[in-house]
Amino acid sequence: MDPLTEKPDPEFLVQIRNLNYRIGNRAIHKDINLDIPRGKVTTIMGPSGCGKTTLLRLIGGQARAHSGQILVDGINVGRLDLNGLFTLRKRMGMMFQSGALFTDLSVFDNIAFPLREHTTLSESMVRHIVLMKLQAVGLRGARELFPAELSGGMARRVALARAIALDPMMIMYDEPFTGQDPITVGIIMQLIRLLNDTLGLTSIIVSHDVQEVCTISDQLFMLSDGKVISHGSPDQMKRSDSEAVQQFMHAFPDGPVAFHYPAADYFEDLMQT
Amino acid sequence: MNILDRFQRLGQNSENLLAQVGARGLFLLRILAGIPALLGHMKLFVQQLYAVGAQTLTIIAVSGMAVGMVLGLQMYNILVDISAENTLGHVVALSLVRELGPVLTGLLFAGRAGSALTAEIGLMKATDQLAGMEMMAVDPVKRIIVPRFVAGLFSMPMLAAIFSAIGILGSYFVGVDLLGVDEGAFWSRMQAQVDPYGDVLNGVIKSLVFGLLVTWIAVYEGYHATATTEGVSQATTRTVVHSAFAILGMDFILTGLMFGD
Ligand SMILES: Nc1ncnc2c1ncn2[C@@H]1O[C@H](COP(=O)(O)OP(=O)(O)O)[C@@H](O)[C@H]1O
Ligand SMILES: [Mg+2]
Repeated sequence: MDPLTEKPDPEFLVQIRNLNYRIGNRAIHKDINLDIPRGKVTTIMGPSGCGKTTLLRLIGGQARAHSGQILVDGINVGRLDLNGLFTLRKRMGMMFQSGALFTDLSVFDNIAFPLREHTTLSESMVRHIVLMKLQAVGLRGARELFPAELSGGMARRVALARAIALDPMMIMYDEPFTGQDPITVGIIMQLIRLLNDTLGLTSIIVSHDVQEVCTISDQLFMLSDGKVISHGSPDQMKRSDSEAVQQFMHAFPDGPVAFHYPAADYFEDLMQT
Repeated sequence: MNILDRFQRLGQNSENLLAQVGARGLFLLRILAGIPALLGHMKLFVQQLYAVGAQTLTIIAVSGMAVGMVLGLQMYNILVDISAENTLGHVVALSLVRELGPVLTGLLFAGRAGSALTAEIGLMKATDQLAGMEMMAVDPVKRIIVPRFVAGLFSMPMLAAIFSAIGILGSYFVGVDLLGVDEGAFWSRMQAQVDPYGDVLNGVIKSLVFGLLVTWIAVYEGYHATATTEGVSQATTRTVVHSAFAILGMDFILTGLMFGD
């Protein structure tokens, strides 16, 4: 990859260059480089706690990198002020791990929220759009319900409908499959792929669900210990000769990611009185 | 621990304290800057006025009545010894309007409305609702914090006034109806002796200041709570405790400034 020039490559919607991010003294991301192609489904994989959610927050400008650059559609996110960020975020959708639905608003009002905030559409137009988005995720009949009345899978679908309310150019999914039953996982997988292709979106998924992700992604990146250790198509990744990639892709309990938390010698430990 | 270490610790502590004060100050400025935008969202404000103010009314009314009745009884017992029971209305009204109304309302307000605000905002944070709002390009400070803050500011003086009014009625009930204080004396003494500026206005100022302190603490703690269940419950506790200290400390200062000539 070429070191950062201010010239973004139009083939990629998101370009990350030499990204470093710390929380306290702990380095979360160490010199990350990755490119996310337009119109494709790209997944960033990695074990829990490796900084996947944080990476999405950095792309959305909710956290600022300590060094390096993140370009979204050619715009340097780290240099934007709040107004600039808000303008950019209107073109981004995000589906949070928890759904993040507003608990005091109905399903309908949750999806109408971004429309009412950012457009001057009449209420009847808003209603049309909300119903279309709900139809797309199969929940038009659930519009009167409140978030507390939804199952986990339904909540994610509503969150998805809300994320596409303003017809964004990209959508980010934080662990969309975690904790869902197999049917819901299937529905969400299908929706992600379908919305990506029919709406011409760019999708970024962060996840550690290898099977699901391999089925729907065009490209995978694997993070470990704050670095990108491998990337490629799902097939390339499965055939990777890197031990770390193999361990993750095939769920081996021991390997480069050790089964044992670092400890003193077992024998000596036992012998101590 | 040697003396240098001690100095270093002292320095660090004061630095932390300053940082804390600074963070709270900046947050207040951010809130104040968002108030003009509230004019376009009056519905949000009215909703919060109901949640923050009206929902606190019951406990304020009940406590005001109880305090007024007890105050009436206690004061009567003291005053009757020096044959001054006719001044009951005057004494009770002054205690309530100057001191007990604002302070007790403030403490109750912190316990009922302040803790609820912190818990609500903290839970919105813990469930990513605030982050979600930010990602939808809506500023949660403007949308969530400002309406609650302004509603708190408006509610406190009204609640304190209601507390004092009901308290006076409670003492009237005990003093006049039960213990036989002369009704005319009860009201006329009060009317003659309670100064609308020196007493009533100062009481209103106190309740405004306490309302500012409690609401400010409550929204700050909620917004900055650690985004976990423990984090939210700790923040809620901090709201009540810090509010109580802030009210009692500030009451001492304000009383000194207003009545300590
Ligand atoms: N606000 C925070 N304060 C301290 N540590 C944090 C904070 N947010 C995240 N972390 C830490 O940063 C690391 C990366 O977090 P995250 O991006 O949520 O991981 P992932 O989504 O990959 O599971 C984790 O080890 C987490 O403990
Ligand atoms: Mg995560």
